[in-house]
Amino acid sequence: MDDKRENPVNPYLRLDRMPSIWCPGCGIGTSVNCFARAITQSKIDVKKLAIVSGIGCTGRVSGYLNFDSFHTTHGRPIAFATGLKLANPELHVVVYSGEGDLIAIGGNHFIHAARRNIDILVVCVNNFVYGMTGGQVSPTSPEPATFTTAPYGQFEEPFNLAYLADSCGAVYIARWTTFHVRQLAKSMRDAFGKKGFRFIEIIAPCPTLYQRRNRLGDGLDAMRYYKEKSVVKNGAETKSLRIDFQSEITVGTFVDRERPTFLEAMNNRFQKALGDKYTPYPLGPSHQPKSQPQAQASA
Amino acid sequence: MHADPSGVLTGKHYLDGNHAACEGALAVGCRFAAGYPITPSTEIVERIAARFPLMGGTFIQMEDEIAASIAIQGAAWAGKKAMTVTSGPGFSLMMEHIGLAAITETPCVFFNVQRGGPSTGLPTLPGQADMMQARWGSHGDYEIIALSPQSPQECFNLAIDAFNLAEQWRVPVLVMMDECVGHMTERVIIPKAETIEVTERRWTKKKPSDYKPFEPGPDLVPDMAKAGDGYHLFVTGLTHDERGYPVMNWQAQEKLVHRLVNKIRLATDKIVRFEEEDIEGADVVVVSYGITARVARRGAELARQKGVKVGRLRLVVVWPFPEKRILELASKVQAFVVPEMNYGQMVLEVERAAKGKTNVVCVPHGGGEVHDPQVIADAIIRAAKRLS
Repeated sequence: MDDKRENPVNPYLRLDRMPSIWCPGCGIGTSVNCFARAITQSKIDVKKLAIVSGIGCTGRVSGYLNFDSFHTTHGRPIAFATGLKLANPELHVVVYSGEGDLIAIGGNHFIHAARRNIDILVVCVNNFVYGMTGGQVSPTSPEPATFTTAPYGQFEEPFNLAYLADSCGAVYIARWTTFHVRQLAKSMRDAFGKKGFRFIEIIAPCPTLYQRRNRLGDGLDAMRYYKEKSVVKNGAETKSLRIDFQSEITVGTFVDRERPTFLEAMNNRFQKALGDKYTPYPLGPSHQPKSQPQAQASA
Repeated sequence: MHADPSGVLTGKHYLDGNHAACEGALAVGCRFAAGYPITPSTEIVERIAARFPLMGGTFIQMEDEIAASIAIQGAAWAGKKAMTVTSGPGFSLMMEHIGLAAITETPCVFFNVQRGGPSTGLPTLPGQADMMQARWGSHGDYEIIALSPQSPQECFNLAIDAFNLAEQWRVPVLVMMDECVGHMTERVIIPKAETIEVTERRWTKKKPSDYKPFEPGPDLVPDMAKAGDGYHLFVTGLTHDERGYPVMNWQAQEKLVHRLVNKIRLATDKIVRFEEEDIEGADVVVVSYGITARVARRGAELARQKGVKVGRLRLVVVWPFPEKRILELASKVQAFVVPEMNYGQMVLEVERAAKGKTNVVCVPHGGGEVHDPQVIADAIIRAAKRLS
């Protein structure tokens, strides 16, 4: 059969760069597929979409997506994205990176961008491990999983990323696993329709380093785990979202609220202080009042 | 192209070097700045924070210097002229992003108001000990351009030149001030907007389908596109080909590094800038830059009063270094005397360029205050005597 139909996500991928570097069973590609699906289902102007990544396995996402793509330095994509967004608010800026990049080396930028309510979507693929460098312990690694730099088992407290983002003021917080592809794509679509600092955590398998070393099977075993041990609790207290070794994983949309973005707050302040001498800075498309059809699309 | 009048404070002013540097940046069209407070540089961003809202610029005080030095690169790819400001410890934190700007060929400007070091050192007192760090501080092979103003007026002028050079050559440009120049107050004349030349970004004229973001022009510099214009740019700190795609082999590395280095090295004659005084017939030439050049002028006067034929060469552009001129002079003069507020940095370049054809005398100073002009005069007199 000669089926010439193209996968609808193809225009959003740099097909000339395939195959990707990701291992069989890795969850990053699944998340990228969800992201591209979300784009096809959204009204976002892809010409104005910029993807910013840091370093690591997930850091390579920017290079496979066919938008304006910036593959920056380790830990700093949020700081780069801050400059990109503030200098041209017309852009939709998405930071797509791993938990080591965003929360360990880049943790300072994460908390401050959330506090400032910079108008960016941060997608964090959390696989509990440093993959690119060969299986080291990460800030979300649970006890007693072992890693090349924790050969006797991790013993530090793991970060609860949703709780962190919540306490820093993120306006939208969701978590899904790579088993929840439809829910994840919908969450991404919902997040596109909001303004301010939005955070989506994706629990994803690393069969090559995390699962193999901890005798957790392959990518399919991870899917079984996610299927059996995930519980959807929309609106759950973020404090309760801790993930332990092979524990239950609470998924869902936990936070969906509004507060002034950095640029809205800046305009308000400068207008109060400077009056007519101040020309309001343009705020960009995400600040437009939502029209009825868009509201339905995200319902 | 001429300056946008909204940023040009035309007139005669009484400004310190930090405020003058800020005015230069605004005059040439900088409309994005990210900073982190650090003495003795902070007045630059304080003035920006007050002035930007009146001309459509965006200033953000970031959470650290690492963030500031990459936020400006995001802004540059959004199409703005962008800058950051720092001093010693902050400059150390920015090193990785000087490398990022070099490999991604992102036009941006770093102001470093140097203080005494190492580490926290002398936060409120001058130094010139970051000159080699400016050139070599980030890992890997790359080239930058660095300028060194000696007065508030020159802080204004060189701030303009720094942005223009960054746009022309697509490199990070470093304005290497020092605490003395930053805090010294003098007359600064800001000309009319229509007399200020502004180098526009090298926007590509190609359609997205024909455009390769890192395909060099005849001067080895690629034309640029910005985010949001449909070019689907791919910009990475990895070694990349002309499409911007990562390529992990020695051939791609050689091609990229060769071009990044040679776009500046082959253009050295166009970029170098220095001032000479009393060079004709001089036995000794004092080579200096920044505030030390003004102190060295007094030192040279004192030596001349003792009968030494002494000339002066002041580096305005410090990197790239005017090695050709130093070599020419090396075969004519009996010694170079190099005072600087460090324990011997640019003197190494003078030695390297002189190729052993003449004596090179280092006049070091640990920083904290400028040289005593008499110390420089004595070094000049000793250098002249040794050879007579």
